[in-house]
This record gives sequence, structure tokens and C-alpha cells, in this order.
Amino acid sequence: MNGKNANKQKMFELDNVKFKDVLYIESLGIEREKLTCIVGKSGGGKTTFLKLLNNMYSYEQGSIKFKNREIRSYNPIDLRREVPMLPQNPEIFSGTIKDNFVLTQKYAEKCNKHKQHFEEILKRVGMENHNLSDDAEKLSGGEKQRIALARIMLLDPEILLLDEPSASLDDETEELIIKLVVDYIKNKNGTLVMVTHSKHIAQKYGEVVVTINNGIIEQIS
Amino acid sequence: MEDIVDINVIRLTTAYVFVVILFLIVKYKKVGHEKQILLATIRMTIQLVLVGYILTFIFEHPSPFLTLLILIIMETFAIFNIYSRVQTKLSNSLKRVVAFSMVTGTVISILFFLFIVVHLKPWFRPQYFIPISGMLIGNSMTGISLGVEGLVNGFKDNKKFIENALMLGACPSHASNKVSNRAFYNAILPTINAMIGMGIVFLPGMMTGQILAGASPLIAIKYQIAIMMGILGSVTLTVFLMIKFGIKCFFNDRAQLQLEEFESK
Repeated sequence: MNGKNANKQKMFELDNVKFKDVLYIESLGIEREKLTCIVGKSGGGKTTFLKLLNNMYSYEQGSIKFKNREIRSYNPIDLRREVPMLPQNPEIFSGTIKDNFVLTQKYAEKCNKHKQHFEEILKRVGMENHNLSDDAEKLSGGEKQRIALARIMLLDPEILLLDEPSASLDDETEELIIKLVVDYIKNKNGTLVMVTHSKHIAQKYGEVVVTINNGIIEQIS
Repeated sequence: MEDIVDINVIRLTTAYVFVVILFLIVKYKKVGHEKQILLATIRMTIQLVLVGYILTFIFEHPSPFLTLLILIIMETFAIFNIYSRVQTKLSNSLKRVVAFSMVTGTVISILFFLFIVVHLKPWFRPQYFIPISGMLIGNSMTGISLGVEGLVNGFKDNKKFIENALMLGACPSHASNKVSNRAFYNAILPTINAMIGMGIVFLPGMMTGQILAGASPLIAIKYQIAIMMGILGSVTLTVFLMIKFGIKCFFNDRAQLQLEEFESK
């Protein structure tokens, strides 16, 4: 494979990236259509790493390229629509499940989806026994995570950033959610970058596992 | 029209008996803050005496220059009063937005009210220009103080919500829509409430003043209705401008939430 083709396989390329005293990455490539897991101790810079990829944070030096183009040259809002992130404890918007979907579409300026599509998405996240009119704030922790995931699915992204959905969930629910995300991304030949504290999850699902500790990459396997 | 009943200085002095009563209660109940009450009474007296003489001079020597000077002083005082009254820390950029919104919103409302509604001629007649401007500026000052405080606290309390919305690709104005709507409503609520109670719960100051000065209550209510509309318009416009441009002070040019400048006062 020549250099040009190798580049085509990379979704993100990081070179000499520094963010405050939190993170320094000498060189890293995130491969297209692969599942990359980021592991490491808490406070080591994993979430910061994800937030640099969708420009929630700006790096101070170095270069991050998304699809061979410097992140700085993208409109940050367009970039986030293309590279959405599911945070650790996603905020459920007040109102019904449908309100959550409608608001997400409004945020992303996608207004072509209807009730039938909403019900389909609800089924895909395993919540077919719920109605769109159910109060989203009264759902359990695991169900809220599913709704947050369903909101992301509405955006139909090619790449997804997932910060460990484990903080408030039991191990079983956590794995169910992760399996849902992985299946969704795999089915559409997408790219997933997932932060997890669990080595078991990383070994089971990760095609590439990057260990970040104390703000630097310790290992890539 | 009946003659105006003047209050001579001795009878005016007897009104201070109410402050003495307050003082005695405060002392008896050990509430404290006697110094503050004394200071407020002295300040009120001196300020009003001074304003009485200044207004007499201005009314006797009407000039566009003096009228505009008073307007500038009122605007400046109102802006600095907002800065000191607000309990949360404001960034320099938000302070500039507050000043811009106060001046733009109140000046547009004052000009509309005096030239379209009242049809004032000549335009600088101080008997109308100064008290009406004072009412619009004073109410807008209260509205914008509530609005800016609601905005800063709203951003702090809803940081997670806003960041979540940004991560889903929302633009800053969409992401902060919930916060800005609530801040706007809280800012105009006192004006709406004042309109509801007006005439039944209390007689508003301007109307009372006109009636005491011998004007017909029917003329007084016309002025009061008009001024309430003016106040509502001025508060709405100033708060709307402050929120519209103020939101930008909470984000950088990469649409990232920036709250460091608003941490603690």
C-alpha cells in the first residue's frame, strides 16, 4: 500500500498534539472503519482526547487532521455534526422521548425525519416497549443512555466518539449499551472511538487499543 | 383645577417620624443595619433636594444641550449601577454588551415615545424629556440587571446541557436557547406583574404625581397607559439586545463554551 492509500485509511491523524498540561500525543492515527478503544487510569486525559477530536477543545500546538484536513480549517459546528460525541453522563432534555429526538434534529438542522423513523430508532436501541410520548426524564439510567444513543443515531454519523457509558450503570447494562453502539457502527461500516475503563471491554471489542496514562500514549496494540 | 397643597419645611420634617419609628423598631428587635437606614435616609434627602434645584434650573432654562447632558448622566449612572448591582462576575465583553444594549434600547424607546406617542415640541422640553427618560431608563436598568444575572447563572447551571447540545452539532444560539429564554422571561416578569396590579393594587407613581399636581385622572391614566407601554417596550428591547449579543460572550470563535471569566465575583 503506498503512502497516499495509507492516508486514505486514516480518519484522524494526530501529530505532536499538546493540550495544556493534560495531554501530549506525539503521533497517532485513528483508522477508518475500525473500532479504537482508549483505555487508561482516570484523570489520564482520555476524555480530553475525545474532545480534541470534535473540537470541543482546541489543541495548542501540533496538528490533528480529520479526513486529511486540519481540524482548525473545519467549521466546528459542521465538524461536530459529522463527528458527534456521546458523553459519559449524557444530559436528557426535558420533555418526552419525541421531544428529545425533535430537539436533536433541530440542533443538527435535520428536519426530514418523522414519527415512523423515530419509532424505528427506538426499536433499534431496544426500547420498542416505550412510547414516544413517555417522559424521558423518568427513565432509568440505562434507558437514558439508550435514548442518548438513539439521538446520535438520528444524526446518522459515519464516525462516533463514545466516552465510557459506565459511570452510573451496572456492568451488564454497560455492556448492552456498548454492544448496541458497536453493532450499529459495524453495520454501517463506520468508525468508533471509545473511551473505556474496562480492559475486558477493550479486549472484546477493540480492534486497536490505545493506552493513555498521565497525558501520554503508553501503548498501542 | 384645584390649587396644589404645598408642604412647608416644618411639616415635611414631621414626615421623618416614620424613620424614627423604623429606628426604634430596629433597635428594639436588634435587627441591626441602623447605619444603613440612616445613610439611606440622608442620601435620599440630599439627592432629592439637589435634583429639585437642578430640575428647577433646567426647567427655567430649557436647552437641548442640558437635556442631552442629563440623558447621558442618567445612562452612565444606570450602566454602572447594573455592574455593581449584579451579584455575579461579568466579563469585560459582557459589560460592553450591557452598555450597548442599555443605550441603544432606551434611546430608541425614548425617541419613539416622545416623538410618536407624546408628539413633543420642542423635542427637548425637559419637563417631559427628563422624567419620561428616567422612567424608561430606570425600568430597563432593573430588567437588564435581572436578565444578565439570569444569563450568567443559567450558563453556569446548564453547562452540561449546553455542552451536550454542542456535541450533537448545535450552534451556540440553539444550544443556549433554554437559558436565554428563561433569562428573558425573568427579566420582563416584574414589568408584566406591575401591569397586572396597576390601578387595583396600587396607583402608579407618575399617575399619583399628576393627580396630586391637579391633573384630571383621565389625563393621568392616558399618560400612565402610554408610559407602561413605553416601559414594556424599553425593557423588552434592552433585554432582547443584551441576550442576543450577550450569548456570544460565553463562547469562543470555535463555538466552545467559555465560563472561566464568569467564575466568582
